Amino acid sequence: MKPTKIYFSATVLGMALASLNATAQDQDTLKIGVLATLEGALTVSGQDGMRGMELAMRQHDFTAGGKKIEVIRASSTGQPDTAVNAARKLVEQDKVAILIGPLSGSEGIAVKDYAKTQPGVVFVNGSSAAQETTLKDPAPNFYRFSTDGAQWSAGLGTYVYKDKGYKKVAIVAEDYSFPYAQVQGFMIEFCKAGGKVPDKQWVPLGTKDYSSVIAKLPTEIDAIYVALGGSDAVNFFSQYEQSGGDKPFIGGSITVDQTVLSYKGKRRDALIGTPAAGPTADNWDNPAWNKFVQDYRDAKFDNAYATPGLFAHAYYVNTKAVLAGLDAVKGDVSKLGAHLASMTLDTPTGPVKLDENRNGVANIFLTEVAKSDDGKLYNKVVKVTPDVTQTLGLSKEEFEKMGFGTRTNPECK
Amino acid sequence: MSANRWRHAMDTAGAGARVKPGISGRIAPQSGRGASHTRSPSTPDERSRLQRKCARYLAVLVILLAYPWLASDFFTFQIGAQSLVLGIIALSLTFLAGYGGMVSLSQMTIAGIAGYAVAIFGHSAVTQISLAWPWWLAALIAVILAVVAATLIGLISVRTDGIYTIMITLAIGVAMFYLTQQNYTIFNGFQGFSNLFPPEISGVNLKDPMPFYYLSLCIALVAYAAVKYLVRAPFGIALQGTRDNARRMRALGFNVAAHRIAAHAFAGLLAGIGGVLLVWYNGRISPGTIGTTALINVLIIAVIGGLRHPLGAFLGALVFILLQNFAIDLIDRERFNLVIGGAFLLILIFSPDGLLGLWRRVRGLLHPARKQ
Repeated sequence: MKPTKIYFSATVLGMALASLNATAQDQDTLKIGVLATLEGALTVSGQDGMRGMELAMRQHDFTAGGKKIEVIRASSTGQPDTAVNAARKLVEQDKVAILIGPLSGSEGIAVKDYAKTQPGVVFVNGSSAAQETTLKDPAPNFYRFSTDGAQWSAGLGTYVYKDKGYKKVAIVAEDYSFPYAQVQGFMIEFCKAGGKVPDKQWVPLGTKDYSSVIAKLPTEIDAIYVALGGSDAVNFFSQYEQSGGDKPFIGGSITVDQTVLSYKGKRRDALIGTPAAGPTADNWDNPAWNKFVQDYRDAKFDNAYATPGLFAHAYYVNTKAVLAGLDAVKGDVSKLGAHLASMTLDTPTGPVKLDENRNGVANIFLTEVAKSDDGKLYNKVVKVTPDVTQTLGLSKEEFEKMGFGTRTNPECK
Repeated sequence: MSANRWRHAMDTAGAGARVKPGISGRIAPQSGRGASHTRSPSTPDERSRLQRKCARYLAVLVILLAYPWLASDFFTFQIGAQSLVLGIIALSLTFLAGYGGMVSLSQMTIAGIAGYAVAIFGHSAVTQISLAWPWWLAALIAVILAVVAATLIGLISVRTDGIYTIMITLAIGVAMFYLTQQNYTIFNGFQGFSNLFPPEISGVNLKDPMPFYYLSLCIALVAYAAVKYLVRAPFGIALQGTRDNARRMRALGFNVAAHRIAAHAFAGLLAGIGGVLLVWYNGRISPGTIGTTALINVLIIAVIGGLRHPLGAFLGALVFILLQNFAIDLIDRERFNLVIGGAFLLILIFSPDGLLGLWRRVRGLLHPARKQ
């Protein structure tokens, strides 16, 4: 068959490409691979993550530790297998010394597993926030200067029980690992304070019709904890309003965002006072944060948000960690890992250091929806919880006994 | 089917091809060559052609065998092995669509069923679901389940034609996607299964790039040979008959539906084996593995490669994987999907038969005398 020749020539072409890339290595440049989700449902988040990375790089003039930095980007679709394929391409084909990424939780777990097979490469997280990435069977060369989904809930459970006086809370959350972690972070504190969670409802991602969920909500509750993202949250809020619901809400980290705050329904005012917790707060009045927001705006990225989002922040912090680390070790990547593990990084949201699993210990913000003078809703910072660890104040043994958040863990009915 | 009927089918198909090659279209070169092949090569011209063909096969085989020694681990595993694995799955569609005239979008679903079976019956990180049976048993069950599923899909879809077959198989594929995403007791929902690695056999870890490449290569070669054999066997000829004129085949006494279902079952076997390899390659499976994008990717691979010949599936997979990996280097922006889409569009505009058709066209221009 003649066509086999095409196969042959394509193979040769492929091998030629391989050798081409391998030769283009320079002593004074350092290759850093950046992996984010630039395809599929999370594209917008991935682009914001890339903006955060780019901002940190620009502030460092693309140099660190006396070396010029060459950034090689790669994209995944949000699926773990595509993330590993992209990471493998960056590491084995483009020969990057450091990899920053990925974006979402299950991708993070997959890339962490891959990191174990490449001990010479330094892996630094992008914005993925799964607990397992650093808690379960961590990779020695995977560093996360951002925090996980359970950490993001820090302070919320205690606050709603003590200050808001909610004793019984029902939960409506999306059915995957990130909300599990968020709910766990919330419930650890809430149950410890004495609160009860009589009902948890897990809905598939992208649910449009919440009528059955709303009908099943128990009546004798004080509030509803809602961990839904984007349009799911808007759908739930409006349908809850239409069905005559009148309970106050508690928000997950990605629930009360700009789409929800610009909500126009009748119960708009009912959103005021909705508490939530997360790794960033748009309106935190702090010089470092204000400078970060100003820099982000001054960078004039295409399609940028008014303020840097959660993903831009995470990629910014992790990139910053790499650059600061490289400066400290004078560009010697073999020493970078040890330095990253011991350094304290100053970020726009306060100092971050790593725990023994190389996971970030950082500030978490407790916010509440408030109405500004011009009638707009915004998230007001109520409290900053400093140095939140991955075990959320529990001892390591206690946390291990409890295990990761799942649909049924923890419980306090 | 009696032997008599098979022979009859072969004669009819072969005669049809010889009498009016223009009308019987795709089937003509295949069966024509097949028919001449069954006789011993008598003329010197035919003999030398056969020799050249053997030499070509040998050359390709040597290149394929030597490839991992020349290429880096990345090219062996991510480009080589992944192309072979996706090629096997696309081959099942090439067989169905090219020889049976049935475009099924559910081939990735069948591969996914096999993959999920490997995860559920074998070892995985989700210990509360996985039964942790030995790998060979899990793989065997996976392939059997894939064949059963393919047969059932065949049963449902064979009575439809053209776009309706596509719609039905797409519906089945999407339904399966949502089932796996929303069912937690068996499929572990959105998260799926991880840590699904190929076994270690007598010290050789099949997870390593080179052993996995050779494993995929062996299976791909067997699958390729099987399809090549089958399409020239009486069953394959009859199947091509049903593709070209189902009514006539029915009038000749063939059970068209049975042939089509059998074709689905065989394609299911290929897809199932491909599915087992795919989860071993990825080390994980989740609903995204069998989502709509994945279903359509298989169709893209088969079509850009060319549906006329089993080789097209592998060729298409190679081009697809190369584009997927390197398009982002061509445009260093968030627009690299444009390159991928553009390349597919160009291939299809200039050659509706895919890359194989393009090659045939070039060869025709170079050697007009040999054009068949």
